[in-house]
Amino acid sequence: MASIEAEVRQYLVENLLFGRNEVELSGDTSFLESGIIDSTGVLELVQFLEEKFQVKVEDEDLIPANLDSVNALTRFVENKYEASEKIGG
Amino acid sequence: MREEVNRFSADSLKLDAGAEIERIGAFIRDGVFTQLRRKGLVIGLSGGIDSSTVAALAVHALGADRVIGIFMPESDSSDDSLRLGQLLGKKLGIRTFKEDISGILKGVECYRRRDEAIKEVVPEYHAGYKSKLVLSSLDSSAFRISYVVVQSPEGVQTKMRLTADAFLALVAATNFKQRTRKMLEYYYADRYLYAVAGTPNRLEYDQGFFVKNGDGAADVKPIAHLYKTQVYQLAAYLGVPAEIQGRLPTTDTYSLEQSQEEFYFSLPYDKMDMCLFGKNHGLAPSEVAPAVGLSDQQVARVYKDIDAKRQAARYLHAPPALVEKVSEM
Repeated sequence: MASIEAEVRQYLVENLLFGRNEVELSGDTSFLESGIIDSTGVLELVQFLEEKFQVKVEDEDLIPANLDSVNALTRFVENKYEASEKIGG
Repeated sequence: MREEVNRFSADSLKLDAGAEIERIGAFIRDGVFTQLRRKGLVIGLSGGIDSSTVAALAVHALGADRVIGIFMPESDSSDDSLRLGQLLGKKLGIRTFKEDISGILKGVECYRRRDEAIKEVVPEYHAGYKSKLVLSSLDSSAFRISYVVVQSPEGVQTKMRLTADAFLALVAATNFKQRTRKMLEYYYADRYLYAVAGTPNRLEYDQGFFVKNGDGAADVKPIAHLYKTQVYQLAAYLGVPAEIQGRLPTTDTYSLEQSQEEFYFSLPYDKMDMCLFGKNHGLAPSEVAPAVGLSDQQVARVYKDIDAKRQAARYLHAPPALVEKVSEM
């Protein structure tokens, strides 16, 4: 299974960059400041996270610290997994 | 310059209404008669400040006998929209036509498509409910996200975050309303050899608060360069009925009453105007904040939101892309 980061990157390239690989997307590139995501894009991203990783994104999760870069997204999903393991375990 | 900046206030947006009305009048006459070679202007009248002011400007520029106003209510419209539109039409002495667009909207299944979109996030929703779209507030650093608010027949309100699919389906369905209205405006324009006036103010034009090929389509846009507070200034000067001047700006698109600020701007228009004016004139958030009664951080968020909306509005403003320029046209 691909890593969370690889899945996230693939989604971004296919759905927000429309396959354009020339846009530099470092781990910390801000989606909002680089203009690659708008408010509809945020909704699409949330739908992708919930469907792909089976995590529940709460209203209070909708902050740039969680969703505005590849690194932030990866950490966010990992934290969600950890939290659910703790509850489950 | 520093002195001028320190004095930034609502007065910074005040203009010479009389002179501006004459300037716009010359623009309308040149645009309609000389550039477009049309006999007059068609304007969709919503009973709101923008369409009322454009109609009054058109009458001032062309004369009442060269202006046609169209009322286009539908099932979700507020009764005030038709009543105030008719009030304005009578006051201006223009020819008016009423076209109830509910039948056309039913024909294209606007309401059914909208209801299905809402049901995706509120399964108990049915046609007896009322609904509206709202945006999360600017009070935190959270992303601006769209929610649907529904009200059951018993009056109970529920607010749910929209999924991307539901949001897109809902907006696509309700956009039929603006496009249907524009279709009818062009019917009358063709019928009488008139041009169509668009009614966006500067906030709407700049920030993409319009439907592409819907209310965004027009032959002339006489107030697209004016901040909304300036539109109110012209309205007062032109004698637009006080009730229209005092009406809260609404979208008149959803069945629950919805202000423009909860749908799109998240700030009252006068504050939005001042933030946009400040940003356009290179003022730092700290220089605008005291005048609008917000914190520096809040104004900085508004500035970012303005940039984000401009980015999204590029598609709305873009003309059709061509493989190469057709230089003969």
